[in-house]
Amino acid sequence: MSGKAEHRSRGPLMVVPAALWLLLFFTLPLLIVVAISFVERGRAGGVKLPLVFTLAYYQRLVDPLYLGIFWSSVRIALIVTGACVFVGYPMALFISRVAPRGRNAMLLLVMIPFWTNFLVRTYAIKLLLSTEGVVNNLLLGAGLVEAPLDLLFNNFAVVLGLVYGYLPFAVLPMYASIEKFDMTLVEAAADLGANLRRAFLRVMLPLTAPGIVASVILVFVPVVGAFITPDILGGGKVEMIGTLINRQFGVARNWPFGSAMSLALMVMVVVGVAYYFRTSAEKERPL
Amino acid sequence: MSDYAVELINVTKSFPTDRGGELFAVDGVSLSIRHGEFFSLLGPSGCGKTTSLRLIAGFEKPNDGEVWIGGKLQGNLPAFQRPVNTVFQNYALFPHMSVYENVAFGLEMHRVAKPEIQRSVSQALEMVQLPGLERRRPRQLSGGQQQRVALARALVNRPKVLLLDEPLGALDLKLRKAMQLELKALQERVGITFIYVTHDQEEALTMSDRIAVMDHGRVLQVGAPEEIYERPVGQFVAGFIGETNFLPGRVVEARADEVEVELLSGERVRAVTSQGLSRGQEVTLAVRPERMLLGSAPSEPGWNLLAVEVEDVVYTGATTNYLTRASGGLSIMVRRPNEDAGGERPVDRGVKVAVRWRPATGSVFVDDPAHQDGT
Repeated sequence: MSGKAEHRSRGPLMVVPAALWLLLFFTLPLLIVVAISFVERGRAGGVKLPLVFTLAYYQRLVDPLYLGIFWSSVRIALIVTGACVFVGYPMALFISRVAPRGRNAMLLLVMIPFWTNFLVRTYAIKLLLSTEGVVNNLLLGAGLVEAPLDLLFNNFAVVLGLVYGYLPFAVLPMYASIEKFDMTLVEAAADLGANLRRAFLRVMLPLTAPGIVASVILVFVPVVGAFITPDILGGGKVEMIGTLINRQFGVARNWPFGSAMSLALMVMVVVGVAYYFRTSAEKERPL
Repeated sequence: MSDYAVELINVTKSFPTDRGGELFAVDGVSLSIRHGEFFSLLGPSGCGKTTSLRLIAGFEKPNDGEVWIGGKLQGNLPAFQRPVNTVFQNYALFPHMSVYENVAFGLEMHRVAKPEIQRSVSQALEMVQLPGLERRRPRQLSGGQQQRVALARALVNRPKVLLLDEPLGALDLKLRKAMQLELKALQERVGITFIYVTHDQEEALTMSDRIAVMDHGRVLQVGAPEEIYERPVGQFVAGFIGETNFLPGRVVEARADEVEVELLSGERVRAVTSQGLSRGQEVTLAVRPERMLLGSAPSEPGWNLLAVEVEDVVYTGATTNYLTRASGGLSIMVRRPNEDAGGERPVDRGVKVAVRWRPATGSVFVDDPAHQDGT
């Protein structure tokens, strides 16, 4: 009895390290970013001292130029997310259908790219796509094209690089969902007269949707704010929010504007995800 | 051909094994199932009964042989185009759909009009005594209710044949017994051919018009419950359906319809058979425990008598089982009904007594390895 009571009284203490950690390395930096976004910039980066309150940076956000970049980032992120789901779902399905031993080997293959530095992998893609790169050499050698194609420094290269980089994030949650899915249900649907397409749409897709949603969130959120890939594979020609923010803290030395943009991006993502969970929770509620 | 609801002709299905071999799950099975029949596929796990069912449903394609349903060769017809419906072992209800949506699914797939669907679904739910639960989700139902939904979901499509894969396996004993009778009554009412897979011999005996006993991918015997129980064609069937005492021995005298068999212990018993056995043949007598009596008196002429020692007395409620051992180590079980409540048990553990039975009861199997399965 006394042991149990002790446990209960000591329980709240156990969150202290985690709470401290979050306060120190998550809440505090976030608050600093919020604070910076409301004050005037300093000449050489940082903020102007003494602090001067301003809303100018938020007003600047709605400039068509920046709205355009926001929109194109969202568009690229949507394309990348869609591609990851469309490529990843069949992959996850395939992996879940092979014998257990082969399954683990395949999951390992999906994860192996993680062991290589992201930057190195992105440069590898750059090598593949460049004018004298592997792809162009192959195409020229096969006589399929007359002159090298411009594969690099455009939206295509950025999308390809992002899909490559984030595909594992899409495959793994969908695999978890599909692996749990009871294939007899597809048989039951077929037994009741559903062809493969209808059995998939009416039974398998809705029941594996949680995995798809997890994949979408895991891919969309980092991709919409990506900056390394568009920087390297876009060669400065593809502007995304991430590259823009990166520039504000770097060469543009405009911390407050970068902060405002970061917060706008964060609010957008949080609102989107929260909206999704709201609506899906309503659907899940028993009738 | 259309004399039968379902016909399997020499159907074979094998699966590759891990070691690169081939496992014949169904090995040359031929079955003719009549219209409106309650037909059971009975056998131990791995005997090929479920695979046979899946071959009829179209979930598996046979390596060889033909599957006919309602006079039509099914060939490579996919499952969704076959005129059969299945009640799955784990029910396979769609967890994201309500009871109503589950039952309506098949009709929707066949593009039945909405009002018609509504009428049929409520009829089907009434038929399985589940009205009023339309809006529940499967996980909010008990096992028995889920079982009824699965039944309604299949029957609502008015299939030519209903396939049931151990549908009562997950229910507790009492509910299972009630559902057995209900299923049988339902089948008679709707007049649809039922093909029922089970490993429970009592269940098969209770419900079926005919039973096919399977083992190792082969059909050993097809017949009415009584036929299978009273005249099993081989030791496996005799042992699998109900309980049986096996008494191995050798024929020492053979007459037209009777043989005298010397058991391994040297004792002689007689058995009625028309198999035309000859002297010296190795045979095994099979006698049901409930066809044996304890004690030698009153000694009726012509009964077989065997001296045994009672090793254990097991009270099972309606009956008492006497586990006895004859000379030569042969174990024999005798089952007697408990007729008088609180009455004295005739014998106790350790008592030396005789068991007796009529020569006409039981079967004689020839001990030839090639014949052991009754093929």
